[in-house]
Amino acid sequence: MKKRLLVSALPALALSVALGTAQAGETLDAVKGKGFVQCGVSTGLPGFSVADDKGNWAGLDVDVCRAVAAAIFGDASKVKYSPLNAKERFTALQSSEIDMLSRNTTWTLTRDSNLGLNFAGVNYYDGQGFMVSKNLGVKSALELDGASVCIQAGTTTELNLADYFRANSMKYEPITYDSSDETVKGFEAGRCDVLTSDQSQLYALRIKLSKPGSAIVLPEVISKEPLGPVVRQGDDEWFNIVRWSLFAMINAEELGVSSANVDKMKSSKDPGIRRLLGLEGIKGQGLKLSDDWAYNIVKQVGNYSEAFERNVGQGSRLKISRGLNALWNNGGIQYAPPIR
Amino acid sequence: MSDLPNVSHTPGKPAPWNDPKIRALVFQALLIGVVVTFGLYLINNTLHNMEQRGISTGFGFLDNTAGFGVTQSLIEYDETYTYGRTFFVGLLNTLLVAVLGIISATLLGFVMGVARLSRNWLIARIATVYIEIFRNIPLLLQIFFWYFAVGLNLPRPKQSFALGETIFLNNRGLFIPRPITEDGFGLVIGAFVVAIIAVIVIARWAHRRQDATGQPFHTVWVSLALLVGLPGLAFLAAGAPLTWEMPELRGFNFRGGLSVLPELFSLTLALAVYTGTFIAETVRAGIQSVSHGQTEAARALGLREAPMLQLIIIPQAMRVIIPPLTSQYLNVVKNSSLAAAIGYPDLVAVFAGTTLNQTGPAVEIIAMTMAVYLTFSLSISLLMNWYNAKMMLRER
Amino acid sequence: MSTFERGPDLPPPVTQVGVIGWLRRNLFSSWLYSFLTLLALYLVWIVVPPVINWALLDASWSGTAREDCTSDGACWVFVSVRFNQFMYGFYPEAQQWRVNIIYGTLFLLMTPLFLKAFPWKTALGGFIIFVYPFIAYGLLDGAWFGLEVVETTRWGGLSLTLILAGVGCVAALPLGIILALGRRATDMPAAKSLCVIFIEFWRGVPLITVLFMSSVMLPLFLPEGVQFDKLMRALIGITLFQSAYMAEVIRGGLQAIPKGQYEAADALGLGYWKKTGLIVLPQAMKIVIPGIVNTFIALIKDTTLVLIIGLFELLGMIQNALNDPNWLGYATEGYAFTALTFWIICFSLSRYSMRIERKLHTGH
Repeated sequence: MKKRLLVSALPALALSVALGTAQAGETLDAVKGKGFVQCGVSTGLPGFSVADDKGNWAGLDVDVCRAVAAAIFGDASKVKYSPLNAKERFTALQSSEIDMLSRNTTWTLTRDSNLGLNFAGVNYYDGQGFMVSKNLGVKSALELDGASVCIQAGTTTELNLADYFRANSMKYEPITYDSSDETVKGFEAGRCDVLTSDQSQLYALRIKLSKPGSAIVLPEVISKEPLGPVVRQGDDEWFNIVRWSLFAMINAEELGVSSANVDKMKSSKDPGIRRLLGLEGIKGQGLKLSDDWAYNIVKQVGNYSEAFERNVGQGSRLKISRGLNALWNNGGIQYAPPIR
Repeated sequence: MSDLPNVSHTPGKPAPWNDPKIRALVFQALLIGVVVTFGLYLINNTLHNMEQRGISTGFGFLDNTAGFGVTQSLIEYDETYTYGRTFFVGLLNTLLVAVLGIISATLLGFVMGVARLSRNWLIARIATVYIEIFRNIPLLLQIFFWYFAVGLNLPRPKQSFALGETIFLNNRGLFIPRPITEDGFGLVIGAFVVAIIAVIVIARWAHRRQDATGQPFHTVWVSLALLVGLPGLAFLAAGAPLTWEMPELRGFNFRGGLSVLPELFSLTLALAVYTGTFIAETVRAGIQSVSHGQTEAARALGLREAPMLQLIIIPQAMRVIIPPLTSQYLNVVKNSSLAAAIGYPDLVAVFAGTTLNQTGPAVEIIAMTMAVYLTFSLSISLLMNWYNAKMMLRER
Repeated sequence: MSTFERGPDLPPPVTQVGVIGWLRRNLFSSWLYSFLTLLALYLVWIVVPPVINWALLDASWSGTAREDCTSDGACWVFVSVRFNQFMYGFYPEAQQWRVNIIYGTLFLLMTPLFLKAFPWKTALGGFIIFVYPFIAYGLLDGAWFGLEVVETTRWGGLSLTLILAGVGCVAALPLGIILALGRRATDMPAAKSLCVIFIEFWRGVPLITVLFMSSVMLPLFLPEGVQFDKLMRALIGITLFQSAYMAEVIRGGLQAIPKGQYEAADALGLGYWKKTGLIVLPQAMKIVIPGIVNTFIALIKDTTLVLIIGLFELLGMIQNALNDPNWLGYATEGYAFTALTFWIICFSLSRYSMRIERKLHTGH
């Protein structure tokens, strides 16, 4: 630090080249040093990340943060949350304000390459849809020519929407709000005819309406939206930890290990389960974690199925069916590489 | 006296470290050194951080296709234009709301400022209540109020307030007929330009004549007649080359005609009501600063109410009003950036919002945005300083 | 010859005195005024009674849930149910005594400042400005005093509004003094231009871009590993922004000091710092108190903008509460409550600043 201060009188460009090599492992060290994971989440999206009136966070995206904390510290509660709107999320991650971003963020080429980010996996396969008021009598998105559309600023949704209307040569009026809460308010007040967002979000936002039954989600899905946790480029070790924390949840479901039976499963003879729980095989050493890292995730956060049903599935108000997010051997496309 | 010891009467040069000039130089050199070092340190950090995190830098992104829509654009724009274009779209929208806000705040402020000094007790009270209420409530709250509680609570398009099937008001905005010019309208515009030139010439002539002979001339009435009459005649002569495109409800929305977005409407209203209170206080202070003797002297000269105001009171009051008025105008420009909170597509919402998020170079985009506001501020200051210098009391 | 005898004075015509006279003079002195008066009366008539009906007469005051709001008027239940959150944000209820103590102590400490006879005003003022904020921070955060740590993300509501405005103003004061002195240092052109550039830069850009910059870009400027939390970053932005405005107010005060004072100080052989510290600043600071209070009012109103970067001060808390599915549709009540709170604070402060102004005015 002192050295950098001294030499900073030199041309800054030459300097940054000299010093600018990424060091793998620094995020993990920093996280271990401060004792918690700083996780970027949404400012409030039911099912994915939402704070109750005591300020406790819950949701499918929040569970990924908790899984990472459980893997590192053996304690899923060692997470601090930064509520971010769509606009500030990437800057916050780039600038190290947060260690990871788990905020229903779509994996795209631009984000993966130009923004200096890495997507660690997909915790929810989604697609963009439309929600309209029932009494409009609209049955298909193709009837929406000339409609006013509420969208949230700074999302891929904005681009997909433009593409879709252009491809079908329809006109629209985009009303772009800063937060998803405002899009709901605008939709409810009738400022726009249509609210567009990822389908999962539409269900989440619908329960924020005073009469959720008055709106319907149209059948069209106009885009691919693989949503997942994001980390900064250049720190492979951290990237691996986040990625495999997610994979551990999916593998646990596939192996039938849940938070309820994980202790019993420790005595299982199935080598797959034994490897997952750190009883044999590579254990945590490749990730520089303790051997029971995956055990802690399953014990404290649950497997993918538990997280899904609790937050967005049948155990929640959203009641979303698994669909694409069912396991690969169950008609869906959730598929995790094996732990071995 | 001559036996005094030989003492030099010119004080000796102080030691270099006591010489104020040298001290000032050294101090400034140190200061500049510290500032430059600190600046380089920050730049160095930023470049280092950005490189390490693989954030792309530079202004190349401005040439890429934007691919998102914007509700309101004063220049031609659709999804196929570039990110660079979105900068100008946002910039013009900011300018639009700032200009509308400044005009309406000035009108409201002057009316309320004068009303507060009215001899009519009730009027003065109402003006006072207006000023004291609205200046003490945060602007953002007022914007929310006008937008969420008023603008969005207007009826939906199918139940619009309609004025004779030509003007419609609903929560999608205010829709008015759009004038469409046909061939020959150029004649009307030409006539208008001629009228403006004529008015300037007449005004100068009248001024010179009054200076020379003291005879006044009804410049105002003649000018009005010229400005209305000439284009009017040309309009008739060209065979009324103007039609109106009526807004009509088609599908979800009104199409055709001119529309004012509720976001624009609410934002302008909030800016006008909030800034109007400050302008009103400025105007009141300005009028009160003109001493009573001036009024009495004007009466003694036999001036009637109108010329007294026009020639004696207003020019003197304006001298006090202009400087604070300037800073209020600057505030309107800066406060218009709150547009992002209600989805009006201004510079901060479109460029520092959506474009930033789709492309990512935060430093470049925020720098460009700040530069725009700085330019606005500096140019308004310069303009007002120039005007101020012109209005200054010329003491001889 | 009859002598002239002065009769008793006749009373003034009934149309010139009493209620009628007052009405004639103040409301109906001409046709135009009569018309305006009637128009204004009509305006008052259509605005005031419905507002009073809605806000007071028809309003629902007590209850715990939406169902308790049965009348047509305002539903103040919404506010009373959430009142604790509006004041303290997400600060844990068991720890809220800390917030109360801080504001209570501050209030007690401030009282002597308004007593004429109190001799140690400067010392006490200095304590409040330079020492107390740290004590308050320690107590709010808790770590220094061994209390339960409450992270800044849980601070919120009106208490956060006052923290932001108060700290922003206090921290900007020394910076503002230096900038104002620098801007008047005509014998140091480079230092002067640096100050001018700094001041004009912060005065020229909107606070929202400043907040955005400090909230997401500041970490890019700092060396790796140096971290501030979000509240701290917002405070840095607010302080820099506020210091520019503060500098301009103080510059006004410096300009108002008669030249004779400077010359007298020079004649006494005082150096720059003694002249500034003992002669100029004490006089200037006294003059600029109303100006400082005014910028403080502006800052209190501006703190609402931090909701855009995700800090929940009073307005942010209200917006948050308005999204609660159980309480949808009570925006007007929420906004009215916020407006009233801000209005009471700002209005009383502006009255206070006017009073000082008047008091100072008679001194000359």
